Amino acid sequence: MKKLLREFFKGIGSENPIFRLILGLCPALAVSTSVVNGLGMGIAATFVLLGSNIIISLVRKSIPDQIRIPCFIVIIATFVTIVELMMKAYAPELSKSLGIFVPLIVVNCMVLGRAEAFACREGVLASTLDALGMGVGFTLALLLISAIRELLGNGTLLGFLILKSFDPVLYLVLAPGALLVIGLLIGGINFLSSKRRSA
Amino acid sequence: MNKLTVSPSPHIKSSQTTKKIMWTVVISLIPAGIAGVYIFGISSLNVIALSILSCIFTEALFLKFRNKNPKAVLDGSAILTGLLLAYNLPPHTPFWIPIVGGMVGIVLGKQIFGGLGQNIFNPALVGRAFLQISWPIYMTAWKNPRWWPDAISGATPLAKEASTHFSYMDLFLGNRPGSLGEICVIALLIGALFLLVTKIISLHIPLSYIGTVGIITWVFGKDGFFKGDFIFNILAGGIILGAFFMATDYVTSPLTKKGKIVFGIGCGILTAIIRLRGSYPEGVCYSILFMNAAVPIIDRFTKTKKYGLIKK
Repeated sequence: MKKLLREFFKGIGSENPIFRLILGLCPALAVSTSVVNGLGMGIAATFVLLGSNIIISLVRKSIPDQIRIPCFIVIIATFVTIVELMMKAYAPELSKSLGIFVPLIVVNCMVLGRAEAFACREGVLASTLDALGMGVGFTLALLLISAIRELLGNGTLLGFLILKSFDPVLYLVLAPGALLVIGLLIGGINFLSSKRRSA
Repeated sequence: MNKLTVSPSPHIKSSQTTKKIMWTVVISLIPAGIAGVYIFGISSLNVIALSILSCIFTEALFLKFRNKNPKAVLDGSAILTGLLLAYNLPPHTPFWIPIVGGMVGIVLGKQIFGGLGQNIFNPALVGRAFLQISWPIYMTAWKNPRWWPDAISGATPLAKEASTHFSYMDLFLGNRPGSLGEICVIALLIGALFLLVTKIISLHIPLSYIGTVGIITWVFGKDGFFKGDFIFNILAGGIILGAFFMATDYVTSPLTKKGKIVFGIGCGILTAIIRLRGSYPEGVCYSILFMNAAVPIIDRFTKTKKYGLIKK
């Protein structure tokens, strides 16, 4: 039980996909301009991760080793198609603003990485918790990045105007701002954890 | 005492120190600052003071934070960054523009990389580029010289919508709207001459930079092949300031003479392309930043031959 809980919490903390493993940066950089986009992307990726991890760990014994990557991609692409069509049907606005980055979850290195590194080796329950932990960690990281970018770069949060009479830092909502925010956050987290380790 | 002393190199030491070099550059920039304050009035003094104070304060904070010797804040590099940043700003800005620029320049341009000597990019230009992208409205709110009839207005000579015609003399003396420290060419040249005489900078980067811009704007200028107004292009905009004071920064420019010439030509080509074809009227800041990133490659390919080395 303890081990299973660890599989869940490692994705949020010590093995956070964005801040620790530096995986899945493409969507993290591209769609983190607003909290709504970040949340939508996080939930979509979590759903795909969960589905693909469960299915892959179920069929892991019958996948030949040589062609495992194509098999993973087919399974992942199935779930991405489900997410994409669902999003188009029920959240067309979100689908429009996320654009190409929803179909691109197929080749998201975080999803493929969990399939390769975890789901094809471990049991269903562990893989489910791993996917949930990673998904939640990814979503939280995206929320943090997009909240910083939206608040400082646009003066709003979830679309509501928070900072009045404030000249927004346009740099942060542009592409280089994403790199800057993620870099500073990773640097800050590394600094804090190195301090804790040495203390 | 005629014993033979054996010691590792360097054998020849000079009395030159980082501190001396930095302060010499600061002194050489003073004429341009006086000219800027004289032309645009007291608001430009505010910009200079705020920018320098912001840089010094941020530097001191970071030195303390990183457990370094706090006296290093007086080595002149922070003051120089602040001064150069101010010279790249419009003479009249909201008070927080130079403050934010100085903080960004020192933190993201310098201290993040490990402080003086480790930075890849010129800190002052990092600050300016950040401001330019974030608040383009404030960064292009040029002020006319204070003896002009309309005080706040329009465009620098390089802007495509500029309607006023500027004589070469106007441009040379600084009788035009523009960034605080870039306008008075004669004051900048006096400072540059001082740096050349004291051997702080060599002519390799400035000459190759300005020459390249001159040639390209002459050949491909908007008046047709080989008819471009290259004197205008050299005098207008920030190229004199950039070529003599910012592209020659020791930390962010190549080490060898050959490398310096390559660096200058690269800056020149980029500046000319941005001016002639880009959406920004001026490209000095971005072209120097871009070439800063190329410095390690330039250094690798322009290594000097070891003395006595025979190529196999």
